[in-house]
Amino acid sequence: MDPVIGPNQDYKTVSDKISDIILGGWSQVPVFWYVGLFAGLTLLGGLGHGVFWLFMNGVGVWGLNIPVGWGFAIINFVWWIGIGHAGTLISAILLLFRQDWRTSINRFAEAMTLFAVASAGLFPLLHVGRPWLAFWLMPYPNTMNVWPQFRSPLVWDVFAVSTYATVSALFWFTGLIPDLATMRDKAKKTWVKKAYGIFALGWRGSAKHWERYEIAYLVLGGLSTPLVLSVHTVVSFDFAVSVIPGWHATLFPPYFVAGAIYSGFAMVLTLAIPVRHFYKLGDFITMRHIDNMAKVMLATGLIVFYGYMMEVFFGWYSGNPYEWFMIKNRMFGPYMPYYWALIFCNGLVPQTLWFRSVRRNIPLLFAISIVVNIGMWLERFVIVVTSLHRDFLPSSWDMYYPTIWDWIIYLGSIGQFLLLFFLFLRFVPMIAMFEVKHLVPLSERKG
Amino acid sequence: MAAKTHALVAEFDTPEALMAAAEKTRDAGYKEIDAYSPFPIHGMGEAIGFGRPILAWVIFAGGLAGLALGFGLEYWASVINNPINVGGRPMNSWPSFVPIMFETTVLIAALTAVFGMLAFNGLPRHFHPIFNHPRFERASQDLFFLAVESKDPKFDSVETRTFLEGLAPAEVVEVEDE
Repeated sequence: MDPVIGPNQDYKTVSDKISDIILGGWSQVPVFWYVGLFAGLTLLGGLGHGVFWLFMNGVGVWGLNIPVGWGFAIINFVWWIGIGHAGTLISAILLLFRQDWRTSINRFAEAMTLFAVASAGLFPLLHVGRPWLAFWLMPYPNTMNVWPQFRSPLVWDVFAVSTYATVSALFWFTGLIPDLATMRDKAKKTWVKKAYGIFALGWRGSAKHWERYEIAYLVLGGLSTPLVLSVHTVVSFDFAVSVIPGWHATLFPPYFVAGAIYSGFAMVLTLAIPVRHFYKLGDFITMRHIDNMAKVMLATGLIVFYGYMMEVFFGWYSGNPYEWFMIKNRMFGPYMPYYWALIFCNGLVPQTLWFRSVRRNIPLLFAISIVVNIGMWLERFVIVVTSLHRDFLPSSWDMYYPTIWDWIIYLGSIGQFLLLFFLFLRFVPMIAMFEVKHLVPLSERKG
Repeated sequence: MAAKTHALVAEFDTPEALMAAAEKTRDAGYKEIDAYSPFPIHGMGEAIGFGRPILAWVIFAGGLAGLALGFGLEYWASVINNPINVGGRPMNSWPSFVPIMFETTVLIAALTAVFGMLAFNGLPRHFHPIFNHPRFERASQDLFFLAVESKDPKFDSVETRTFLEGLAPAEVVEVEDE
């Protein structure tokens, strides 16, 4: 088995290598960083434009209609939230299982979570139509004397997602404190030292502090694990608690959670592979990490594929004509190409990951991770649109076509994600130095 | 006027050496000792004679408070303040309150964990005398330090220095309290 850390690493080389990416100055920044930042800013400009037009005109600029009252906004929301989940899985669940291969990828996987949740959060806010009243989602004493309906999954979702965003941010920042202290101590320029010093909160690595720190960190891992499962379960309740054929299924919570982890690992690979290449981090993100992530993707991909098969089986076995019609319409109706593209992306392509040679072929794995990201977006599109567009009464049937404003806002949310992620790469240590130092004894000595 | 001494600090190269030195110092009867390392070392708290922190219990209490807060909010809003009869269902339909109770439990427990950890550690803190050590910036990189603080009843600038030098450190430095 490959090592989790490259050869000839000691405590000093770990700090130096990771912090020099930031402290080494602008001359060391790879062209890749500028390209990513520029792409992010460009798409973000589109988002600003799209949001301005949306606020001027209302949600009518989107392709929504009745019966398809939930379009891109919910598709993108679920897609982004799902992507975020792999970060929590890597940092929390693998922490509890003491998987030492998590340590060099957890920092940026957590950053990915945070930025994905930020992108997800855009969509409900934009979809409420009057975002300046979005605070109505929260329970607060008001002159109208109304409260949110606490029996509704949509209200659970508000609590689940806002808790998830808060806890992810706490987890990420807590993990960063000791590394920010390292940055403070290694920085040469006074103002850089001060900037990191403020965020390091005066951390000095005292044994007493470490004791409490480890308790707090472990508890956060223990809390985040059920939290991440609850978040996507609640997201699936948004659908499953309704009576719409295609949504009303007990299968949804586990199937959504597996899909979330699957898409999240795909996104971690999509980000980790270029970062590893352009920042020359092969000693910290080894083939072992890449291989393990591919395996997790395969395992969760199989669960998701099982979910697709069970959906079809339930539709037939239910004996309910609406359910069975929905399945047939999904597979052979007007959105047929989307369904079969989804089966191709999420059902067939990941089967190649059974082969070790595919898991170790980095360009191919990168391509597969992109395919899986697209597949998971298609999955949400198929679930949302094909379940809605054929209503119970044929007189209500309609088609859903996204408009330019749907696309520009969707791409803009990717821009926001890229911008935040590339700023993170430039200013925050992207690998947890103090955790990787635990792996130093495993580093092979070569002459 | 010479500044007061904060501590005598011995420097080590490896976590194992720090651990061994800390245990010897504790066994020699010193109480006010602290160890500084770039990463957490398992068992170090015990080695410097630091008992189990109560933080875990505080977090547990935070979680319970979150649970009570979630249920209290839902019960008060749905049963007392604004009861709405939906198809004759019970006002206190507690099973449907559980997801939010879970979320508030996690939220308050997580906030307690992070802010409790910082509060017990006395952080954020602008300055600490240990930063006067000439090489302390490497405590967050690759060096390990053991400090015997001057507030220890057994502290004596000569005797303690001799004791620490007997532990085979790279160097012993006197750190001032300013």
